[in-house]
Amino acid sequence: MLEIECPWCGSRDQDEFSYGGEAHIVRPLSPENLNDREWGDYLFFRDNKKGQHAEQWCHSAGCRRWFNVIRDTVSYRIVSVYRSGDSPSGDPS
Amino acid sequence: MKKDRYSVFSLARNAVNYHQDWAEAWRSPEPAGEYDVIVVGGGGHGLATAYYLASEHNVGRVALLEKGWIGGGNTGRNTTIVRSNYLWDESAHLYEKSLKLWEGLSQELNFNVMFSQRGVMNLGHTLQDMRDIYRRSNANRLNGIDSEILLPDQIKEIVPAMNISGDTRYPVLGASYQPRGGVARHDAVAWGYARAADSSGVDIIQNCEVTGIRQESGSVRGVETNRGYIGAKKVAVVVAGHASVLAEMGGFRLPVESHPLQALVSEPLKPVLDTVVMSNAVHGYVSQSDKGELVIGAGIDAYTGYGQRGSFSIIEGNVAAIVELFPVFSRVRMLRQWGGIVDVCPDACPIISKTPVDGLYFNCGWGTGGFKATPGSGWVFAHTVANDEPHPLNAAFELDRFYSGALIDEHGAAGVAH
Repeated sequence: MLEIECPWCGSRDQDEFSYGGEAHIVRPLSPENLNDREWGDYLFFRDNKKGQHAEQWCHSAGCRRWFNVIRDTVSYRIVSVYRSGDSPSGDPS
Repeated sequence: MKKDRYSVFSLARNAVNYHQDWAEAWRSPEPAGEYDVIVVGGGGHGLATAYYLASEHNVGRVALLEKGWIGGGNTGRNTTIVRSNYLWDESAHLYEKSLKLWEGLSQELNFNVMFSQRGVMNLGHTLQDMRDIYRRSNANRLNGIDSEILLPDQIKEIVPAMNISGDTRYPVLGASYQPRGGVARHDAVAWGYARAADSSGVDIIQNCEVTGIRQESGSVRGVETNRGYIGAKKVAVVVAGHASVLAEMGGFRLPVESHPLQALVSEPLKPVLDTVVMSNAVHGYVSQSDKGELVIGAGIDAYTGYGQRGSFSIIEGNVAAIVELFPVFSRVRMLRQWGGIVDVCPDACPIISKTPVDGLYFNCGWGTGGFKATPGSGWVFAHTVANDEPHPLNAAFELDRFYSGALIDEHGAAGVAH
């Protein structure tokens, strides 16, 4: 079981959170110009990293806010937590 | 490489010698410098692929590389359920091909895979569940796949231990039933295919981890391994949870994500359940092994993970559902619990496909339900590799469907329970 540090509420049990998949996937800025290959990549293809993975979590049974987590997908250890909009190396103050 | 046949006579002969003279089931050769086809991954699907490549296709020398030991991954970690009651034509035909291979597999491999057609029951707990079950069952029958609808009284006749009283949170309203479905001994499947592949000339090389895929001008040349470089004209990758890692070595991405999937078994009990019961809605599935253990499958964790373990809350919810369905199981003690890594596709269907690299083929994305497909998966993948084009049975399962949009949405029949 994971213990996740919500940037607003502090450390809580994993059961309070829901998982939102890979982080930092940018929605196409000009969707009308995308071809099938680019749409396929955006919709379905993922890095599926073995190692450190940037991902989104939502504190759904708490403050209901989204944030980002860097987690090791082998040891499941959480490396860092930062707010949406911040970069992974940014200060989640 | 030809082996003595296993039979009641060989058993008797060896019994006289106190079972000290059994020959090894497969060799452990040193890797040669070059092969015509290298299969990466020594699970059931990889072993089946190697076996059908060597026995049904004239492809020359075949090697199978396994980073650990044969059948040590998901092949030895699943809940051994076999069925073919899928909704859409494409998947129904693929899984039915597999089921037909299962039916003759022990004879073909000369190895008892303990395939037991004890029936598979998929429960419905809501009106919508029942509508979906009727639809899927009718679709199955149109595809020549056996399927019956059972009402609660009929379920009770087959599974007396089930609570159909209607006073549960999700009452049992009915089920689809596939009598030809059942279970098989997962380890025996790996060992049987390994022995038969070895007899057909395949070099099975264990403790050999692929660390890179060498390419030249868009064509595969061979693989880097922890035991040195091995050349190959074709490389067929069947590595389940690690498919994305191998794809990265090939220089492309896949639409799969790897999740932990858990299962557990109880202490051995006297016979109490002689069929397979599955429920998508409350999420539990259970059968009883020949040793008497209840074999229970849980769900995947939502997060991605390559560690072969999952969260306790998943098991808690799973066991709660089983106990509500089978109140008599409430005091059964669980003996073991474990996890495997499954590569889940967005449409809950596999990818059996050529790739952007010439001579490199991938068979992945089976998600939570690959075991039942072991023979069929190997059979169509061997055809794909040998002919450099898919068999009609797996033509719809190309990687390109994620660009064309021709997805095969099997979440109803495949997405949750296996």
